[in-house]
Amino acid sequence: MITREDVEHIGWLASIEIDDREKDELVEHFNSILDYFHQLDEVDTEGVEPTYRVVDLANVFRDDAASPSLSIEQALKNAPRRENGYFKSPRIV
Amino acid sequence: MLRNLMEQLRDGSAEEYLSRLYERIEKSRLNGFTTLAEESALEEARRFDKSPGQGLLSGLPIAIKECISTKGVETNCSSNILRGYIPPYDAHVIERLKAEGAIIMGKTNMDEFAMGTSTETSCFGPTRNPWDLDTVPGGSSGGSAAVVAGGEAPCSLGSDTGGSVRCPASFCGIVGLKPTYGLISRYGLVAYANSLEQIGPLTHTVEDTALLLEVISGHDKRDSTSAPRPAQSYLVGLDDGVVGMRIGIPREYFGEGVAPAVEKAVWEGIHTLEALGASWQEVSLPHTRYALAAYYVVAMSEASSNLARFDGLRYGLREGEDKDWHTTFSAIRAKGFGPEVKRRVMLGTYALSAGYYGRYYLKALKVRTLIKEDFLRAFKEVDILASPTMPIPAFKIGERINDPLSLYMADVFTVPINLAGVPAISLPCGFDRHLPVGLQIIGPHFGEEAVLKAAQAFESATPFHEAKPEVV
Repeated sequence: MITREDVEHIGWLASIEIDDREKDELVEHFNSILDYFHQLDEVDTEGVEPTYRVVDLANVFRDDAASPSLSIEQALKNAPRRENGYFKSPRIV
Repeated sequence: MLRNLMEQLRDGSAEEYLSRLYERIEKSRLNGFTTLAEESALEEARRFDKSPGQGLLSGLPIAIKECISTKGVETNCSSNILRGYIPPYDAHVIERLKAEGAIIMGKTNMDEFAMGTSTETSCFGPTRNPWDLDTVPGGSSGGSAAVVAGGEAPCSLGSDTGGSVRCPASFCGIVGLKPTYGLISRYGLVAYANSLEQIGPLTHTVEDTALLLEVISGHDKRDSTSAPRPAQSYLVGLDDGVVGMRIGIPREYFGEGVAPAVEKAVWEGIHTLEALGASWQEVSLPHTRYALAAYYVVAMSEASSNLARFDGLRYGLREGEDKDWHTTFSAIRAKGFGPEVKRRVMLGTYALSAGYYGRYYLKALKVRTLIKEDFLRAFKEVDILASPTMPIPAFKIGERINDPLSLYMADVFTVPINLAGVPAISLPCGFDRHLPVGLQIIGPHFGEEAVLKAAQAFESATPFHEAKPEVV
């Protein structure tokens, strides 16, 4: 069972602020959806390998060569806050 | 149909045709388009009228789903967190369309970040189904399907993560293809669940879908999952027919939960193919009932990682005074994401978190292997599979949106295809009352040719693709 505290913790992990009204609804939705997911427990997967990708491509490399890319101006164009040719982030420490 | 249209445009005026479409969009009640690129499109049309060029799609207007990057045209995935974002580059498919002379009309409405089955989770409000304005067009590429069905664009592109091209094609009575994973570059497609999704065309006819597929498919080194295969024509051999083709009918895709009128229309479709020379036999895809749970665990997990990039730093919403990193980030995401996106990102975060990874994510990936093996086994006996695309016709706007699980259930026949990575098309095969029903034809990996050939044979023998809704 998912509780209000669990939802708070998941919100923190996912970096999404949750208000009190949302919390009750999320508890209800999460429990019904996870309950549905639990039918996977019925499947015998002993010795079955997981499928991360359906195509058989692994270690796709390309030459380590520089090619044209976005200019600083283009790259920063959509940034809501910038300073001296950089993205401006909130304080980290 | 598109080839006829392009011929007419050469003899007439692309500018006039395009202006008429924009007039229609102006008066439309569908809410299918979000951003229009009217000025640049009309300029392209005038250029075409002066000098038509030799591209495969010269002069052809096309509508593009909100999550496919278009240089200089806002691409916001119908989410408040990305409002105002103008990509500095084109997606691979857009480069290909432009190189062949197509004209980008604008962007179409979708479920926020492609998370939905009804186009109701968009920050721009729901798109309406042209067959009945009170019902949903399906999702998540609902805008792309509605504008084609409603006569506002001759064709469009959508993206399909768990049915998002086929579901709206089915609900709106048009053709929609989810190609084999890896056939089309995802470069420039805003990721929701990257191991599942592919871009696909939405059109009135199978031939039109084959034509667009021919243009947008092919290897691209900027997408490391792009298949290194030579370019292929999908128009050659399209009319070869289905004589001797073996069709598998997966028994798990019929019966309980399928509307009787849907089942009837699909069976009539199978009998049509039989009359054209194909044979059918029942097959079993025994892990079908676990596909929905496996799909949602995988999709939500990938979404939680993919959507971590939306933090208001490089693009998108950023408001108020900056506090510490986590508080700022969490407040932006709380404001910018809608309820369904929050739900999926949070559940995905949970499924990947310490202590639950094995139970949910890894378990789902193992079940995914079994589902893929079901398909591989079936394709040893048959050439294609046929089923309903959706178990039900389009439902009313507002009917399911507050019960997420009931919405997820509608994807039961589309998500297994994405888990397995195989191609599938939806094409109109009848009606349930006044609402279209879709027939799904599924092929083996890179078996687009067989899928399109069967679809073409069906379409040539039936009138459903010619039915048009009466809209404004």
